[in-house]
Amino acid sequence: MNHLLILIPIALGLGLMGLAGFVWSLRSGQYDDLDGAAERILQEDC
Amino acid sequence: MNYCATQAASDTAVLRSPDHFVSGSADVRLREEELRAASRLLDDTLMQTQFVVPDMHCAACISTIESSLNSLPQVESARANLTTRRVTAVWDKTKGSGVELERSLDTAGFSNFVQGADAGDTGDRLLTENGRRLLLSLAVAGFAAANIMLLSVSVWAGADAETAQLFHLISGVIAVPAVAFAGRPFFSSAMRALFAGRLNMDVPISLAVLLALGMGLYESMTGGVEAYFDACVTLLFFLLIGRYLDHLMRERARGAVASLARLTAKGGVLIEPNGQLHYIPQGEIETGMRLRVMPGERFPVDGEIVSGTSDIDRSLVTGESESIQAKPGDRLEAGVLNLTGAVDVIATSDASNSFLAEVLKLMDTAQSGRARYVRIAERMASIYAPAVHLLALITFIGWMAASGGDWKAALYAAIAVLIITCPCALGLAVPVVHVIGAMRLFREGILMRDGSAFERLAEIDTVAFDKTGTLTSKATHIAAIIDLRKDDEPLVRTLAAHSSHPAAMAIANHLGKTVPAIRLGDIREVPGFGIKANYRGRKVRLGRPQWVGEISRNAAQADPQVTTAFAVEGAATAGFTLASDLAGDAAAAVDSLKRSGLALEILSGDRPGAVRSVVEQLGIDVWSAEMTPAAKTHHLDAMREAGHKTAMVGDGLNDAPALAAAHVSFAPASASEAGRLAADIVYTRGSLLAVPFAYAIAKRTKVLVRQNFGLAIAYNCVAVPLAMAGLVTPLVAAIAMSASSIVVVANSMRLSSGGREFADELAGDGQTGSTPLARTWEAKA
Repeated sequence: MNHLLILIPIALGLGLMGLAGFVWSLRSGQYDDLDGAAERILQEDC
Repeated sequence: MNYCATQAASDTAVLRSPDHFVSGSADVRLREEELRAASRLLDDTLMQTQFVVPDMHCAACISTIESSLNSLPQVESARANLTTRRVTAVWDKTKGSGVELERSLDTAGFSNFVQGADAGDTGDRLLTENGRRLLLSLAVAGFAAANIMLLSVSVWAGADAETAQLFHLISGVIAVPAVAFAGRPFFSSAMRALFAGRLNMDVPISLAVLLALGMGLYESMTGGVEAYFDACVTLLFFLLIGRYLDHLMRERARGAVASLARLTAKGGVLIEPNGQLHYIPQGEIETGMRLRVMPGERFPVDGEIVSGTSDIDRSLVTGESESIQAKPGDRLEAGVLNLTGAVDVIATSDASNSFLAEVLKLMDTAQSGRARYVRIAERMASIYAPAVHLLALITFIGWMAASGGDWKAALYAAIAVLIITCPCALGLAVPVVHVIGAMRLFREGILMRDGSAFERLAEIDTVAFDKTGTLTSKATHIAAIIDLRKDDEPLVRTLAAHSSHPAAMAIANHLGKTVPAIRLGDIREVPGFGIKANYRGRKVRLGRPQWVGEISRNAAQADPQVTTAFAVEGAATAGFTLASDLAGDAAAAVDSLKRSGLALEILSGDRPGAVRSVVEQLGIDVWSAEMTPAAKTHHLDAMREAGHKTAMVGDGLNDAPALAAAHVSFAPASASEAGRLAADIVYTRGSLLAVPFAYAIAKRTKVLVRQNFGLAIAYNCVAVPLAMAGLVTPLVAAIAMSASSIVVVANSMRLSSGGREFADELAGDGQTGSTPLARTWEAKA
């Protein structure tokens, strides 16, 4: 029982981190130009 | 870059003629005013301007555009978006001009751009506000579903009572905010439906989710053993996937269509009484104002020419590519393109009652007919939603009666019915098939406005074509040469090679194969008239018959079919008649549609003679010529009254109302803006084969959607009796729901695979590769 008290918050925390990461990427416009992002990796200078 | 250049040349119409970049200082100032009017002011000095650059295709294009713009001193930042084909530049208006931005794009090799839509337009983003909210809801529902499922699995696996209760509480703590956030799209839609006195699919969904949530909370508070938290959150998750796919598809098509050129001039150049030129927005133009229309620009309003002559491209109005010559006294419609010389006009209308505005109004009214179409999913919902409610109510009453008033058990069974019948599979069945179908079309360069176009396309029994620009290409060839002396052929060929006028190019192509070029002194092109030169001391002219007739021995050719003439000074006149080329794949496309059992007809605004030649070449029996936009619309309405469902294929502004009135409509990407906006499906590769291909895909999606509904109904037939009997535990509900959704999605995926079998099907009778159409697909498969 005791280990659950530690593991469950950890599991939820990891999940929340993932969610927060997604929300951040959405807010910062990373889904605005999916085709462009795929092409930009071919550029040398950025 | 090579790839880009060829691609750009093949799939985009020229949106802006090169002579738009005029060099006079007054013109630059006017262009600057126009540009600034359409830009967004970020603060006192910073402007944000958007350019639509359809030729942008690869990484090299992005870096060329961005570095050429960033090298200008006034540009703070320039960012290209490849998905929406837009470039957003932020620049300081105190440090330089916006026209330089355009020049820089032009010299970078992207002359084919248009300035973006009005200030404040959000078209540079793939996701609209609505799409973002859906995606965020999806993420929250996914997070909650994963975590609650994790806890539920351990409860099902046999956790002891204490742990199970703790897990239920934790699940509840996650589920309540998650449902409150991710459920909003459903709750608001259900509320709207209820206020309007209707039932839609969202009503039972909202009811099931809220009841399950409430019951789960009550159970976990009072130490019960079963809670439906996982069911209600996974339900939202699955349904949101369907919603999001549906939304994404519509957005993608909208963005691609809207990012092409704008049709209307956004303003005009006003000539003030003191001779000053001034750029004013379209809305401020009033009847009686004197305006100047530069070459390469469109008429902002209807107007009468008072000075200057020019060639005018009226293809917008008539659909004919042949330009006309306009002189003082001629009246022209808003939206026509001025080709060769600056003209001054007196406005005879303002922006709200110009020809263009009238056509757009006609389109609006025509479109309302199509708005009456109810999508399959909605038709299903109108039967399904009441049935589900009725079943849940019967279950509740039945249990109350059977168990002697045990309201808890009765409510449980009723909630189980609501959850198990929840249209997960139904919600996914249609959007997944449509998205996969749209993806297949997208790979062939066909863009689709929304999923309902598939449904409507699968129902058609007639296809109506416009002639110019759809069945025939804008290019022309020489149909007949009248009275041309053999000795003069080299002369004509050399003169023709000197001009880029369509007629001259057709003549040069025709004679170029067999006739050698000669040396000619002093060749000059006279805009609007033709080409002239001196040959052995005599004048020679190739161009408009009247103009050529001035130097020839006899008068101009009398035959009205002759649109181009040639003469050596003092000698007889020779004439050329032109005919439009049949579009490359028109015959194959028409053939394929005929074999699909569709009736075909041609509705053209062109002369009967020109239409007849196309009709004969293609073997289409039903045709009408010289139709106005209103006549086309009436014809389509009459077809609808007679019970026919017609697909319309057209391109010009003159077709726009007809495109809107038809059951479903196609336009090539080279069509006018109005045409593209009115059409459900836009094909970008210029091949008419897009029509039979889209039709075949649409029929296939219809079959798959039906199958998916069948699967969902079969699932319900098994699951609903179990739920009514009270045998559905949260575990069974979770498995049944996921399984039915996966089956439906897997079935839909069959549309994207199976290319070969599909090509056979199109070829008919299993004869693989018997048509060019099937061969094209086989080559790609």
